[in-house]
This record gives sequence, C-alpha cells and structure tokens, in this order.
Amino acid sequence: MSLTTPAAENSQEASARNRQLIEEVLKTYPEKAVKKRSKHLGVFEEGKPDCGVKSNIKSLPGVMTIRGCAYAGSKGVVWGPIKDMIHISHGPVGCGQYSWASRRNYYIGTTGIDTFVTMQFTTDFQERDIVFGGDKKLAKALDELQDLFPLNKGITIQSECPIGLIGDDIEAVAKTKTKEFEGKTIVPVRCEGFRGVSQSLGHHIANDSIRDWVLDKTAGKEPEWVSTPYDVAIIGDYNIGGDAWSSRILLEEMGLRVVAQWSGDGTIKELERTPKVKLNILHCYRSMNYISRHMEEKFGIPWVEYNFFGPTKIEESLRKIASHFDDKIKEGAERVIAKYRSMADAVIEKFRPRLAGKKVMLFVGGLRPRHVIGAYEDLGMEVIGTGYEFGHNDDYQRTSHDVKDGTLIYDDVTGYEFEKFVEKLEPDLVGSGIKEKYVFQKMGVPFRQMHSWDYSGPYHGYDGFAIFARDMDMAINSPVWALTKAPWKKD
Amino acid sequence: MSELRQIAFYGKGGIGKSTTSQNTLAALAELGQRILIVGCDPKADSTRLILHSKNQDTILHLAAEAGSVEDLEVEDVMKVGYKNIRCVESGGPEPGVGCAGRGVITSINFLEENGAYEGIDYVSYDVLGDVVCGGFAMPIRENKAQEIYIVMSGEMMAMYAANNISKGILKYANSGGVRLGGLVCNERQTDLELELAEALAAKLGTTLIHFVPRDNVVQHAELRRMTVIEYAPKSKQADEYRTLAKKIHENKGNGVIPTPITMDELEDLLMQFGIMKREDESVVGKAAEEAVLCV
Repeated sequence: MSLTTPAAENSQEASARNRQLIEEVLKTYPEKAVKKRSKHLGVFEEGKPDCGVKSNIKSLPGVMTIRGCAYAGSKGVVWGPIKDMIHISHGPVGCGQYSWASRRNYYIGTTGIDTFVTMQFTTDFQERDIVFGGDKKLAKALDELQDLFPLNKGITIQSECPIGLIGDDIEAVAKTKTKEFEGKTIVPVRCEGFRGVSQSLGHHIANDSIRDWVLDKTAGKEPEWVSTPYDVAIIGDYNIGGDAWSSRILLEEMGLRVVAQWSGDGTIKELERTPKVKLNILHCYRSMNYISRHMEEKFGIPWVEYNFFGPTKIEESLRKIASHFDDKIKEGAERVIAKYRSMADAVIEKFRPRLAGKKVMLFVGGLRPRHVIGAYEDLGMEVIGTGYEFGHNDDYQRTSHDVKDGTLIYDDVTGYEFEKFVEKLEPDLVGSGIKEKYVFQKMGVPFRQMHSWDYSGPYHGYDGFAIFARDMDMAINSPVWALTKAPWKKD
Repeated sequence: MSELRQIAFYGKGGIGKSTTSQNTLAALAELGQRILIVGCDPKADSTRLILHSKNQDTILHLAAEAGSVEDLEVEDVMKVGYKNIRCVESGGPEPGVGCAGRGVITSINFLEENGAYEGIDYVSYDVLGDVVCGGFAMPIRENKAQEIYIVMSGEMMAMYAANNISKGILKYANSGGVRLGGLVCNERQTDLELELAEALAAKLGTTLIHFVPRDNVVQHAELRRMTVIEYAPKSKQADEYRTLAKKIHENKGNGVIPTPITMDELEDLLMQFGIMKREDESVVGKAAEEAVLCV
C-alpha cells in the first residue's frame, strides 16, 4: 500500500484529532463526571511507560458501564471452567441462571456424569434463607450434589451478594462437608458481587481460594506421578472455542509436557499437580498473575507471559518460552516455527489483500485489548483505539509495547463514549462483547465478539489464526454492509 | 370507626420499652381502644405481659416451618390477650445468623397484605433498641407508624440513643409522614433526671410526654407475666400508665419533625446539668483510681 503517508506525520494528526474528540465527547457530561471520566480517556504517546489513563476505579453512577462483578470474575472466569468440580451459586437463583452454560469454555467429558461446566447449580435462596441464614440449605445442597453426582471431584461455593450481608459461615460448612465426604475438596469463595469495582477482584479472590483451599492442602504431599524436566502448566487460558487445545499442541510439539490447564478444560487434579511444574506459562495475566506469583514465591516456579494471537506473536512467544529450557526445547521451538510458517504465510497471503489498511477499534476485558493487536497487524490491519473493561495500571504499561503513537485509549468506556468514538473515527471493525455487538451492527459497522469469538474459535495458535483471519474477513467484507442504507435516502 | 393510629416505641436496649409499651397499651385497652401489638424484635418479648406466655410463636418461625410466609394466614400468627389486645411477634433468626432486619420487613409486609390492621384503633410497633439497619427502620417508613414515642432515662447512653433515633425519624419525616410524638422518661433515679429529660425534649423540639416513676410493683407484675394494669389495677403505678395512655391518646396529630442535636451539643447539655464537668478532659480515658489521683 503506497498510499500511506509517513508514520510520524500520521500519528501526530491522529493524536490531535483524538484529543479533540475526547474533549468533544466529554462535553455531554456534567462537570463532576467530566473531571472523573477525563482521567480514563487518553491518547498513547510513544515512549511513555503506560497509556496515560487511570484504571481499576469505580464506574460512575448513571453511565452504562460494560463491567461485570466479582461473582462473574470467580464463577464465570476462573472457577467455572474446572470441569470435574461442581460450582454451586450460593444465593438467589438469578446469578447462576444468567451465567448458565459458561463462556464457551470447551471441555471433554460426559456432562452431568463426570463433568459439569454447562450445568447450573444454585441454593435458590428464598426469603426465609435470608432471614434465618442459608448455612443449613447449603449443607443440604452439598449432600444432594454428592448423592446425585457421585463422580464429582470437588465442589466450589460461589457467593452471591446476600451471603456477605447476612454473614453465612460458608467456610464452616465447607470444612464439615469435606470431613463427611472423606476429604473431598470443597472450596468456599467469598466473591460477593458488590466487592470491588469490577470482575477483577473476583479473579483475585478466586486465585486466593485456589491457594488456600487447593494448593495449601496438597503442599508437602508426595506427588502421585513422575515429573519430567519439561513439565509446564498453561495458566490463564479458558479454552474459549478450544483456544487452549490449539495452544497445547504447539507446546507439545516443541517437546514440553503440558500437565495442567488453568482453567479451560481443566480438572482439580491439574490444579493440584501444578506446584511440581518447571514453568508456568501465563496467557491471561490479569486474571491469573496472582496465583503465578504465589507459586513463584512458595514453590520457586518461574512464570512467563506469552501471546498466541497471530504468527508474529506466536513465534516470539515460542522462543521466549523455550529460553527457559535446554537446547532440545529451543530446537523444538524453531522446528515448530518452521513447520507452521508456510501455513501462516498462506493465511496471510489469502486474507491480507482483503484486510490490509482496515482500521479496528477494540474494547475487551483484561488481556485481549493488547494481545490481539499483533494478529490484526499480521493481516495488515491497524488498531486505532483500544481499552480495558477491568485492566489495571500494569495492563496499560504492558499495552504500551503493542499500540502505536496516537492510539485512542479508553478505560472502562461508557456506552455513550464508545458509540461516539466509533461514530467519529469510523473504524472498519469493532471488536467487543455481546452487549456492544448490536449497537454497532445497527450503526452499520462490522463487529466481532472478542470475548466469546462469536460462536467460532479457537483464535489461539496457528490453527486459531486461520480461523481468526477468516472471521475478520467475513465480518468486514460481508456484502450485507453495502445494503445498510435505504436506497431512497441520499446523503 | 375512628382513623387507625399507628404508633411505635423506640429506645435504647434495656430501657423498658416493652414493659412501658405493654402497660400503656393495656391502659388504652381499658379506655375501650382496640389494639394490635407488632413486636419487631428477634427476642420476641413484646407481648408476653399481655399474653401471659413466655413467648408466642413468631411469624418468621411459623413461615420457616410452613415453607414461606405466603403459606401463612393471619389467624396462624395472631394471639389475643388481655382485654382483647391482638398480638403478633415478627421474630427472627437466632443471634449470629441470617438477617433480622429483613425479617421485620417480611413480617410487616405480610401483616399489611393480609388485613391484620382491619377493625382496630391502634397498631403499636415495639422495636429493637438500636436502629442498626434499614430493616429496623421499617416501622417508621411511609404508611407505617405515624407517631414515635422514644422511651429514655436520665442516663447518658439512653439520651444518646434518643438523639440517634430522632435522626432516623428526621430522615424519613420528609419522605413519609412519620413524626416524633414525644419522649417517655422511665425513671432510673439519676441526678436531675426530670429536668434533664425535659431539656433534651426541648432541644429535640418535642415534649416530655410523661415521666414514669420507678416502682417495684412493675417487677412483681413482670414476674407473673402481667402488666401492672392487670396485676395491681388499683396501684399508683397503674394510674401512671393510665395517665401516659391518656396523654398519648390525646396527643393525636401533635407529633413534630425532630431537631436532633450534635454530639457536642448533647455533651454541652450534660455539662449544663453538671452531669459532665466542663472542659474536664483530664478524666477522659482515666480509670476510677487514676482519676481520683488527678483531682
């Protein structure tokens, strides 16, 4: 593409335009809201250590935030995909009901017999349980689970808001039932939805509960398996549409042994054996850095962040992971890279001409706002705006390596801001969640769900990249967009 | 039928709310008033003197047994005692579990929805000492109690509590119709008790509606699970409660929006009456023995 003007000039223009845009959009708010929201909106400046925005702060009342709650972070993200445990939502029926059927965390097993991910379990609080406390009902529910699903390998108790208000002693119930069920792991999780500012605290609470109720319990016990120098655990891959599977094969092909997946398609045994691995490889830093740091401190296991979106980042990551091992693995990494390069090139050759120069705006959770940028760039696309629902400052620091000068940054974007930004910047594609999807599609803007992969996936690994490229092409170049304007309307 | 009077007794725990309210209501019953008592304390001891029972089955206890509150009828929860006074107890969980405040809300809604307030002249709520959460403020919200009587004494903590309850009333006074009916001083024989109570009432913008003197006959009656009105109808103390009942009956529509005072103002008041020494910071935080040395 010879039409592009020199990068420096381009980014300066973009910066100025984006700053002006932020000012314009903020004008709609009352004074107090302007003051608060202005700290979350910014323009990335090359060379700065972060993106210049504040994050992990309470959303403003009155705006439409895209965030979730602590319960969502624990039940929906961290614990939910552990497939051979039953995750019971403790409290009124709604929270469990509306998070039923998972975030497309694929798994292998016979649902209802030895795996339970897509099932909904709840203590279904009634008024009397609020007034008299729900401990007894919880104990009874655990008995019933044990009777009805004898092959479950453990139970987690996911607290909904009322539990923290009425002070149910779920820890005591968990301990009693662990004894009664002959040592079965039962984990009480204090992830009441009102805690914290977003789902992020739920991730942390869930990580801590794994530390206290799973890892501590098995620490010091002799492992039931023989470890090798090449054992690793995949941390923070939730196997959305099969992501962990398309990642795992690459690690195995380079000579590593993946002994645990946290937590997509994962099991309690995998969690328990992780303290014996040689390296924890961490995909979603935001949701699982806590447990990685813990295992580093307590068991001396190093951890490394990686990115399996798009061939450039995959190659970089494979080499980074291999650098923690001997030459055998380093050679393995090169072998894998060589093996898949032609396939990746073929994907790029096919889709780049259809996608090059297309502009993308993202708004996702805690990892993908930066991680998928490389995959878009491999296809010649440009990410012109990005932001996190629940990222922290360390996420924005990491983002500074992936975004270009002048990129618009929006933290915890509000429905209004996002709509206005897209209206003015006119991207060729918006990547965000289900709540945003129809707003933008109705505006005539192509859209892909970047939480759930829109019923598609995997997007991780080389196999995933081929699907990713096809999906983006399908969204952007669909003939339907030529038909969104009424033929009698002129403008 | 005259308009339904909805009153409530609030006050510091242990001040004698339940005793005062039951005696007063018994006296009102003597005047021919038809009365419903709604106990809003998980301890469920607001009706024992009227019913001569240790404690009655509560709404929440019966609801838990039956499945839910929707499975109950008013007849299941209402008992009739002295002079046809109708009694219900909200009840609640044992200490340390669940949410007693939500229990009060559930119970009061149940009573309203099921017509418990029909055919009576007075409904009286007897509420747990401290308004610890929204549930215990339920009786003073919109369309519930219109007149609040605060039972207090000349003790400092009882006066703090009276002031705090006034703050609660003030909060709901503008959204609903709740008013402060007055203070009832239950004598503890502290220094200058009557004067202090009157002064606090004035500060709060209300009146000391009655000063109930201390009398052992109350104890004797309580041991028999009876009101003084019933146990010793001719006693001087029975007449005191009759006087209070009459004053409350005549007090209709005379409630005020209270003007609660700050902690400093309250301490100033205690200083004025010599209960606290002015500027006497030296005694703060000192044990009795140390304090003597300082004097």
